[in-house]
Amino acid sequence: MSYIGKPKVTHPGIRRNKLGLTPRDYEGTVSTLCAGCGHDSVTAAIIQAVFELDIEPHMLAKMSGIGCSSKTPAYFVSQSHGFNSVHGRMPSVTTGANAANRDLTYIGVSGDGDSLSIGVGQFVHAIRRNLNMCYIIENNGVYGLTKGQFSASADIGSKPKKGEPNRQEPIDPVSTALSLGASYIARSFSGDKEQLVPLIQGALKHPGFALVDVISPCVTFNDHEGSTKSYKHTRQFYHHVVDMDYIPPAKEIRAAYDEGDAMPVELHDGSRIVLRKVDKSYDPTSRAKAFKYLREQFNAGEITTGLLYLDEERPEMHELMGNTDTPLSKLPYESLHPGAEELRKILSGYA
Amino acid sequence: MKPTDTANPDYFHKVVDCQWACPAHTDVPEYIRLIAQGRFGDAYMENRKSNVFPGILGRVCDRPCEPACRRGRVEDKPVAICRLKRVASDHREDIRSRLPKAPATKNGKKVALIGAGCASLAVANDLCPLGYDVTIFEALGTTGGLMRTNIPRFRLPPAVLDEEIGYILDMGAELKLNHPIESLRELLETGGFDAVFVGTGAPRGKDLEIPGRGDSDRIHIGIDWLESVAFKHVESIGERVLIIGVGNTAMDCCRTSLRLGAKDVKVMARKPRGYFKASEWELEDAEEEQVEIVVNHSPKAFVIEDGKLTGMRFDVMEYKVDDNGRIDRGTAVDEVVIPCDDVILAIGQDNAFPWIERDIGIEFNEWDCPVVDETTMMCSREGVFFGGDAAFGPLNIIWAVAHGHEAATSIHRYCQGENVEDRLPPGINLSSQKMGMHEWSYSNDYDPAARRLMPHVDLKQRFKNLDIEVELGFSAEQIVKEVERCLNCDIQTVFTAKLCIECDACIDICPVSCLTITANGTEEDLRTRLSAPAENTDQALYVSADLPHTGRVMVKDEDLCVHCGLCAERCPTGAWDMQKSKVLLPYAGDQPIATRAKSSAA
Repeated sequence: MSYIGKPKVTHPGIRRNKLGLTPRDYEGTVSTLCAGCGHDSVTAAIIQAVFELDIEPHMLAKMSGIGCSSKTPAYFVSQSHGFNSVHGRMPSVTTGANAANRDLTYIGVSGDGDSLSIGVGQFVHAIRRNLNMCYIIENNGVYGLTKGQFSASADIGSKPKKGEPNRQEPIDPVSTALSLGASYIARSFSGDKEQLVPLIQGALKHPGFALVDVISPCVTFNDHEGSTKSYKHTRQFYHHVVDMDYIPPAKEIRAAYDEGDAMPVELHDGSRIVLRKVDKSYDPTSRAKAFKYLREQFNAGEITTGLLYLDEERPEMHELMGNTDTPLSKLPYESLHPGAEELRKILSGYA
Repeated sequence: MKPTDTANPDYFHKVVDCQWACPAHTDVPEYIRLIAQGRFGDAYMENRKSNVFPGILGRVCDRPCEPACRRGRVEDKPVAICRLKRVASDHREDIRSRLPKAPATKNGKKVALIGAGCASLAVANDLCPLGYDVTIFEALGTTGGLMRTNIPRFRLPPAVLDEEIGYILDMGAELKLNHPIESLRELLETGGFDAVFVGTGAPRGKDLEIPGRGDSDRIHIGIDWLESVAFKHVESIGERVLIIGVGNTAMDCCRTSLRLGAKDVKVMARKPRGYFKASEWELEDAEEEQVEIVVNHSPKAFVIEDGKLTGMRFDVMEYKVDDNGRIDRGTAVDEVVIPCDDVILAIGQDNAFPWIERDIGIEFNEWDCPVVDETTMMCSREGVFFGGDAAFGPLNIIWAVAHGHEAATSIHRYCQGENVEDRLPPGINLSSQKMGMHEWSYSNDYDPAARRLMPHVDLKQRFKNLDIEVELGFSAEQIVKEVERCLNCDIQTVFTAKLCIECDACIDICPVSCLTITANGTEEDLRTRLSAPAENTDQALYVSADLPHTGRVMVKDEDLCVHCGLCAERCPTGAWDMQKSKVLLPYAGDQPIATRAKSSAA
């Protein structure tokens, strides 16, 4: 934390988006996390992603639970909606919010403790419902707020700052999401914004549950020699498999892609995601193949990153339930509530 | 790019734009911080060390520091550096006990200084404390040279001059007033001096040889006329006055005219606005006093009727400006006569050395000026030195002071039998300003306050006589605001590559996007790949050694850094630190010291 706020002064040549806003307009308060925390870089990546997507701040809802990660929504897009929920309960609160107003863009920021320990039940059911949200897990392998105990994502053999190495199997959010049928699954690293920003943009635009698992080192409790979630270890074993570019609607694909490596996928609003295979053998459309590849890489100690699985066809929650296109929050009371007489008629059918 | 060599004293010195731009390299951020702490005497002494005349310069300096000020690039208006210098001077306590003193025993060497203007006085200031026997020869009956004769009293009160010149004379320099040197040969041969310094200024105002010039006594040469006013030989002028030329002397002439009874004063400019020589603020001050500045009028003839000056004929000009802003010679499109009672010519001034014989070993160039070495200030005859306007033509006071320091260094070396070209290099000291977790020794927050405006004496009051100083000086409230506008550019961002874990925290927090971690490349290439465009090629890129994790480099564009220290605050490993750079400038008599050119950064 700092005693002074980030000065309002900006570079005179600062970029503006279609709304006339600058990246600075998408900031929040100054972070109170430890200096050098990976989460702050993820926050910066979110700011860049939302700015570049020209999202109106009041059309964004930022959701979180409890933990270092869950504090971060205070640090971006001050003028958006936000809900800081009970520990691990962010998915169900988001489900409710999304059910009421499907017009907003939902971004949930959670951590490995919030999503894989106390909230793991909520996490898997949000995937099952294919809730339309961008779900970011800031994954550092430790409980930072309670001084660095191992979390459920800690790898076997990873050394703590003090005490014995971890012996329990980790829960890998990517494999978990893959097995549950999530429709957009990505992994990245807080220290690689070139990869991370487009992944967040794709996740925000993807209609359905989009998981972005971000290795985000805990600079205070898990950045030492022997840790498998340190800056150094991550950089050493970091392995890009499928990178992606997000192309907004009506914008030409300018970059030259090698044939066979690039896979453009059109989204419902006319924007496109272009997957760039770094490893040509990888197939990001097959759950079985992806799962096999991920396990092999995991066993080899590699950290596989990129847009690892994408299924644009799977219906999201509202579609599955056949809901009206108009958000429930915008329907007049009369339409939402058929009246006591109508209700009695319906109930009488079950008598 | 290769890693930036921060041990080179010039690197961090250049980041302190104001200090780098100042010919005397006054440590501006340091004195502004001292003012902020209410230490006006210390701020005055910090100034005096390099510029000798803080009270004078705080009023009339040409301020090369202000256009250079980083604040002017971050916002639009620079810090009011010059006005703050006056604050240090106005509010200082008695500092006489802190001034350098001449030793009781002299060193036996005699030095003659010709002219009692700022250049000679600066030399005396450096040489007296070293034990030199210094004699100043002045043609006029008073000290100060052009500072007293050409700068009107309503801008620079005589009391300010007397006090600061007095500090130097009190060191024991012998002053010979009304003592013009009419032959340098004689002085050199019979004076018994070990060295001679020429600081006689550029005393000849340029004339305008056009029809009618010789036919009236109401056509005046600007600097001569100002001198006559200063000595009260002239106390009135006609109602309608034309000033020819639009430099700073013209501004002094028009404003002086208003105080001597002129009602309608026009400054006649040959070129359009933007091509004037006068400083922007001097133009503003003249226009505030309702002086009309008439552009695109080229003088053609004086109109004399019955032996009396009645007006002046001008060609009305049109100019073409090319894409680079260069203006052509112009074409006359019309002709007008503008009636007037007096004309003052302020179109420049020249050096004049009728008293220097051309056969005494002093080489003169094609403009009939002595050839002077720009570093040593020595001419082709050993032991004769030049400085101020006498050296390279009209500049300004702060340049004359800078010349004075260099000349004093040379004179000292020369008199001690050392090579004048063998000079100490400048050095730099760096020291961390970290006081605690997130505490720095300086006020690091950015204050968005706008530049304070100098309060002036009411327009109705100020014309009553020549002695009313127009500028009142900053109020306490203005001082408090203005000091916070300084960005403390001497508190440097110092980077230690081996400590960096590439967490991006510094890049994310930087308010002006001046940091980038990227693959190394040529400077031209790097400038296109940074977080924000690095288009100002006058400002350096600070490039680190290869970073330990990825082999990329940290690049900082120095251009717009506001020195808020947040990069260092957010750095978990201390790879960034805020360190104060103190430039060590060598003066006459300084010994080489161990700390010169040594950096505390790894």
